Amino acid sequence: MSENSGYSENAVSREVTELETNSATAARLFDIRRIIGGLFVVYGVIVTIAGFTASDADLDKAEGVNINLWTGLGMLVLGLFFLVWLKLRPTAPPPPDTVPGDEPPQ
Amino acid sequence: METPTYLAAELRLPTNWLDYTLLGIYFVVVLGIGFAARRSVKTSLDFFLSGRSLPAWVTGLAFVAANLGATEILGMAANSAQYGVYTTHWYWIGAIPAMVFLGLVMMPFYYGSKVRSVPEFLLLRFDKAAHMLSSILFAFAAILIAGVNLYALAIVVEALLGWPEWVAIVVAGAFVLAYITLGGLSSAIYNEVLQFFVILAALIPITVLGLKKVGGWDGLSDSLTKTHGADFMTSWGGTGIGSANPLGANWLTIVLGLGFVLSFGYWTTNFAEVQRALSAKNLSAAQRTPLIAAFPKIFIVFLVMIPGLVAAVLVPKIGTSGSDLQYNDAIPYLMEQLLPNGVLGIAVTGLLAAFMAGMAANVSSFNTVFTTDIWQKYVVKDREDAYYVRFGRLITVIGVLASIGTAFLASSFSNIMSYLQTLFSFFNVPMFVVFIIGMFWKRASMKSGFWGLVAGTVAAMVNYFVIYKQGIIDIPSDQGANFVSAIAGFVAGAVVMIVVTLFTKPKPAAELQGLVYGTLPQSRLRSTGGTPTPGMSEPPAAGDDAWYRKPALLGWGAVVLAALCYIPFSF
Repeated sequence: MSENSGYSENAVSREVTELETNSATAARLFDIRRIIGGLFVVYGVIVTIAGFTASDADLDKAEGVNINLWTGLGMLVLGLFFLVWLKLRPTAPPPPDTVPGDEPPQ
Repeated sequence: METPTYLAAELRLPTNWLDYTLLGIYFVVVLGIGFAARRSVKTSLDFFLSGRSLPAWVTGLAFVAANLGATEILGMAANSAQYGVYTTHWYWIGAIPAMVFLGLVMMPFYYGSKVRSVPEFLLLRFDKAAHMLSSILFAFAAILIAGVNLYALAIVVEALLGWPEWVAIVVAGAFVLAYITLGGLSSAIYNEVLQFFVILAALIPITVLGLKKVGGWDGLSDSLTKTHGADFMTSWGGTGIGSANPLGANWLTIVLGLGFVLSFGYWTTNFAEVQRALSAKNLSAAQRTPLIAAFPKIFIVFLVMIPGLVAAVLVPKIGTSGSDLQYNDAIPYLMEQLLPNGVLGIAVTGLLAAFMAGMAANVSSFNTVFTTDIWQKYVVKDREDAYYVRFGRLITVIGVLASIGTAFLASSFSNIMSYLQTLFSFFNVPMFVVFIIGMFWKRASMKSGFWGLVAGTVAAMVNYFVIYKQGIIDIPSDQGANFVSAIAGFVAGAVVMIVVTLFTKPKPAAELQGLVYGTLPQSRLRSTGGTPTPGMSEPPAAGDDAWYRKPALLGWGAVVLAALCYIPFSF
């Protein structure tokens, strides 16, 4: 290897382009909207229930606000938003020239 | 001698089974993401850069979340309790312009040249010396900061939940290790997006209830003006040159030191951030990554500043010897005082998630730089790709173990934030000067990059540890000294680069295509020979021409919005 760096933009670019062609992420990675939606629906339900059953001590502590109820409902709405978004705009199918199949067995 | 304890012992939170259930669910989901992402890792590009295939909103939220670690959250609330509304500078001038610059100006070079890391760009633009130095410095800093996060987590968890420190370190370290080793960057990024929403769900109730407790914004403002003076509630009050203020900085050092040098150094060359943008699926998405991140960043300041200010009202002696509470206790104190079980569990989860994400961002950038920039380039070259995936997983394990080891270095600063800023000023400032000159000045020679890095780092360190710490010049606070050190590092780096360039030979013009402003990527040269606009080598994807996806509109929109936010706090 010469004193000049052996790496030109071409070399790196070629290597990365080749890796991109073999990359499996686009085809196989699940959609994070499903996880956010699921987690926040579960959190929303749990915390909303905690809000319905809030004790007077809970309310006093939170300045008289039923904070569990409001936070729970907020999280529920956020969770549903992500699930609805996923439903309306599902994950785009991978380009045909990459790894085949959306759900290949690993 | 300062004790390494950030949190007062009596802050133990009244957590119950409900809170632990919420926390447990989160840990299960975190691991689940790791396992589910595992099957997407086929090449080293999948492991280190998510195969350059993620959508912009995912990388954008990960970009802001990677910065929204718990040290940032607790540290900025601490800053607010100590310095007041000055904290807004770290957001509106100290982040937004740099993020917009990264997206609009620098990203075409970064993404368009297909480099996998920030140091790899230096290799293409300058030479191996600059590349090796920046790779090693970055790897070192990443482990150090991952250690800071882990240590801070252990202390907070010990104070709040009563877990022994070593348990917290082992549990958090093991989870981060597991999900990054399994799923690589995709797993880290997905967890950051999730953490972003959980931390919002934690901070919004604290902010709302805190404001209610002190009589709304007016009550807050009146109380603090009475106790801390009118400047405490303004961004710029008392920052005239020569006038004294608790921050120890004037408008010039704020604008140049924080707003220009420190902030551009952090946001545009810190690979833990830039990596998120490099994993986007095309140039448009990469450009939009920091721009999408800028909008939440503008408003997050309210969610950390207001709790800090509220704490300053409720505990007037906070951070002084008259109170057991430190500035860093602001948010945990409000959690203890205001949140009932349920939301309390969400808040604890959010804090732990933020700590883990802050650590994971550094670990996932460390393993990339160590594998592709150090190991693959200098130690074990030309092996098959699967080898580097295996090595990446191995070095992740080593990196996590090393950061556990360095966790204890974090103990000599009472304000976590200034510790991090100090490190950034030493490592990122010279990186930024080398980048900015390298990207815009074709003549800058191959050797100038290395010497600029050395000179800038040394100058910042000398200014901080010799001139400031030995009291040769008088700067009233660590934060103020950071700003000045950053400016010193920037100027020294720039001067040395120019001088070295004048005496050494330039890089051949052919090797600079696509790396310097006014040149084209090779592919584009062949296909068009058109106007020299960098990074336009890819055609836009379908839908990217929608008006709300135009980088220029998003970028300038963020800058204008940040400037407007200053108005109510300036008079």
